[in-house]
Amino acid sequence: MSKEIPQSSIKVLIADDSPVDRFILQTMLERLGYSVVLAEDGHQAVEQFESEKPDLVFLDVMMPNMDGVEAASCIKENAGDDFIPVIFLTSLVDASSLARCLDAGGDDFLSKPYNQIIIEAKIKAFSRMRAMNKTLSLQKNLIERNNKHLLQEQTVAKQVFDRIANTSSLKLSIIRYYMSPMAVFNGDVLLADISPTGSLMVLLGDFTGHGLPAAIGSMPLASIFYGMVNKGFGMSEILREINGKLNKTLPMGLFCCATFLDINLRKKRLLVWSGGLPDGAIYRAGGKTVERLASRNLPLAILSNQSFKADVVRYVLEPGDRILLWSDGIQEARNAEGVMFGEERLNALLEQELDNLHIFDDILQKVQHHIGEGERDDDVSLVEVRFPDEKEAAEVEKQGSRGRGCLQDWSLDFRLEASSLRVFDPMPLLLHITSEVPGLRQSNSVLFTVISELYNNAVEHGVLGLKSSVKQSPQGFAEYYRQRKEGLENLPKDCFIVLEFCHTVDAGGGVLRIRVRDSGQGFSPDETVATPGGVPIYHGRGFSLLRSMCESITVLPPGNCVEAQFRWLAED
Amino acid sequence: MSINSSISSDGRTLTIAVDGRFDAGSLDEFRSCYESAVKEGPIHFNVDLRRAEYLDSSALGMLLVLRDYAGGESASITISNCSPEVKKIFAISSFEKLFTIQ
Repeated sequence: MSKEIPQSSIKVLIADDSPVDRFILQTMLERLGYSVVLAEDGHQAVEQFESEKPDLVFLDVMMPNMDGVEAASCIKENAGDDFIPVIFLTSLVDASSLARCLDAGGDDFLSKPYNQIIIEAKIKAFSRMRAMNKTLSLQKNLIERNNKHLLQEQTVAKQVFDRIANTSSLKLSIIRYYMSPMAVFNGDVLLADISPTGSLMVLLGDFTGHGLPAAIGSMPLASIFYGMVNKGFGMSEILREINGKLNKTLPMGLFCCATFLDINLRKKRLLVWSGGLPDGAIYRAGGKTVERLASRNLPLAILSNQSFKADVVRYVLEPGDRILLWSDGIQEARNAEGVMFGEERLNALLEQELDNLHIFDDILQKVQHHIGEGERDDDVSLVEVRFPDEKEAAEVEKQGSRGRGCLQDWSLDFRLEASSLRVFDPMPLLLHITSEVPGLRQSNSVLFTVISELYNNAVEHGVLGLKSSVKQSPQGFAEYYRQRKEGLENLPKDCFIVLEFCHTVDAGGGVLRIRVRDSGQGFSPDETVATPGGVPIYHGRGFSLLRSMCESITVLPPGNCVEAQFRWLAED
Repeated sequence: MSINSSISSDGRTLTIAVDGRFDAGSLDEFRSCYESAVKEGPIHFNVDLRRAEYLDSSALGMLLVLRDYAGGESASITISNCSPEVKKIFAISSFEKLFTIQ
C-alpha cells in the first residue's frame, strides 16, 4: 500500500533566521532530492506557505517578527482540512520546551545539530501520513456528496409520496397523529379517508427495513387504499387487494406490518384488522377501561391471496372513546445509553391513568424525554382517533364526502349478437364490472364460475344446440369442443345471448340476480349424476355447481332462460 | 391465462401449473402439456392450481380426461394448492374420490 512519493515532487518550506542553519538544512534536503523554499522569519514563513503551498514545513522556534509557535498556528489554520506536517527546529533539549512545541500545533521536532538519516526518515514518515490523509479527505468528500445527493432524492420522493398519500383526511378534527417528517423512509405510512358508507378508514403500516426499499411499497399501498375507500369497498376487500399486490411485487423478506381501522360513524362500531404491529388500545370514555387490540393476522405481503384471510374484530364505540395506534418505533426508541423505551414502560403508562385525556401527548413526551440526547433515528409514529358525538360525526362525514358514492342498486342488460358471440370472450369484461361493486369483489372467483356456467350453457346448448352426451369418452370430450368451435364459426346471424344483471342492497349485504337468455329453442339442464358406479363421465357438473353457489337457480320456459340469484354478506 | 409443465429430475412426476383461468379456453394447451411431454409416461401427475384464480365445470371435465389418459382407476394425480373456493367446487363433484386434493 505505502507507495513512496517521488522526492522531487515534495516541496519543503524551511523558516530559520540563522542563515547558516538554513543553509545546512537546505543543502541536506536538496541533496536528498527535495525542492526547498526558504523564509527568514515567521511572517515570511506564513507568506511563503500561502504562495508556494509546500507539503511540509520546518520552523525554527525562535525567530524575529513572528516566532515559530505563532507561525505554526497561522499555517495550520490556513491549511484547514489539508494535513500539513509542521516540524519545529530547535536547539532546546529540555523535555518541557519540546512538549510546548507540540502543544502549539507542531507535529514533531528536530534537534540541532541535524542528523541526515533522521531527517530523511521523518520526511518519509510524514509524507506517508499526508498521503493517507489526502485519501481520507477525498473519501470523506465523496461520502458527503453522496449523502447530500441521497437526501435530495429522498426529498423529491417524499413530495411524490405526499401527493399520492393525500394527507387532507389526516387533518380531521377527530384525528391526532405524530410522524417524523421522513417517516416514509423508515417504512412507516399512515393513511386515512372517509368512505361513502360513512366509515373513517385508517391504516397505519410499517414496512420491514429502512430507506428506499421500505418506502417503495408505500406507493401501491396508498394508491389502492385511497382508490378503494373512495369507491366504498369494505375493509376486507381493500386488505385483500393490498395484500395481493404487495405479495406479488415485493421481494421475499419485505413485508408490511399494519393495523386497519374501519370506524363507522353512523353504526358506531369499529372493525379492526391487525397484523404484526404492536397491540393498539381503545381508551373508553369516562376512564373505565383500556382494551388492547391484539394482532391476529400475519403482516401484509407474506401470504398469497389464496391463503390470505382477514380475521377482523368488531367493537361498539361510544362518543369520547379513543383508539390509539403506534409503530414499534415507540418501544424501540433508545436513549443515549442505548436503552429502549420498552414495552413495560409503555404498558405502565397506558394503565396508569385510565381517564387521561392527554395520553397521546403523554406518550409522545415520555418517549422524547427518554430519547433525550440519544440518537434521533426517530421513526416514532403515533395516531389517536376520537369517536365523535353525533353532531361532530355529521360534520366529519361532510368533510369526507366530496360528491362520491358507491354502487348500491343497479341493473345492466348486455346483449351479444352473433358477430360478437363468434369471437368475443365476455368473461373479463363482466368480471371487471362485478369487481367494481363493493361486496361483490371478494366473490369474484365464485362469480366467474357462476357466470361462466350460465354463459357457456347458453352458447353450447342454447345457441349451438350441442348435446352433452357427446362428452361420453375422452375422445368425445375433445369432439364436443371441436363442434363448439365449428358451430361458433358458422353461427347464423340472428343468434344472440342477453345477460341481465340486477343488483340490490339490503341490510345483510346484497343480491345479484343474473339472467341469461339465448335465441335457442330451450334446453333442459344436464343434471346427470356425475359419477355413476365409479366410472366418471365428462359432463353434467355445471348445474350442481351453480346450485351450490347460488341462493336459487330457475329455468324459465321454454328453457332458453336461466336465472341465478347470488347473495353476498356484508362485513358487519 | 397460461399453462406450464415441468417434469421432475427422476422423470416420474409431471407437474402442470395453471395460471389465471382454467376453463374450456385452456383445453388444447392443457392437453398438449401431458400428451407431448410424456412419451414413456410418468407415474405421477401434479396439477398445481396455486395461480389458478378462476375455473368452471369444463376444467373438471379436462381433469377427468387427464385421469383417463394417466390410466383411469390406476392413475396417480394430485391437484395441489387449491384455494378454499376451488376445494369446494371439487367437493361438490366428489373429486376427492378420484384425485388427491391438496
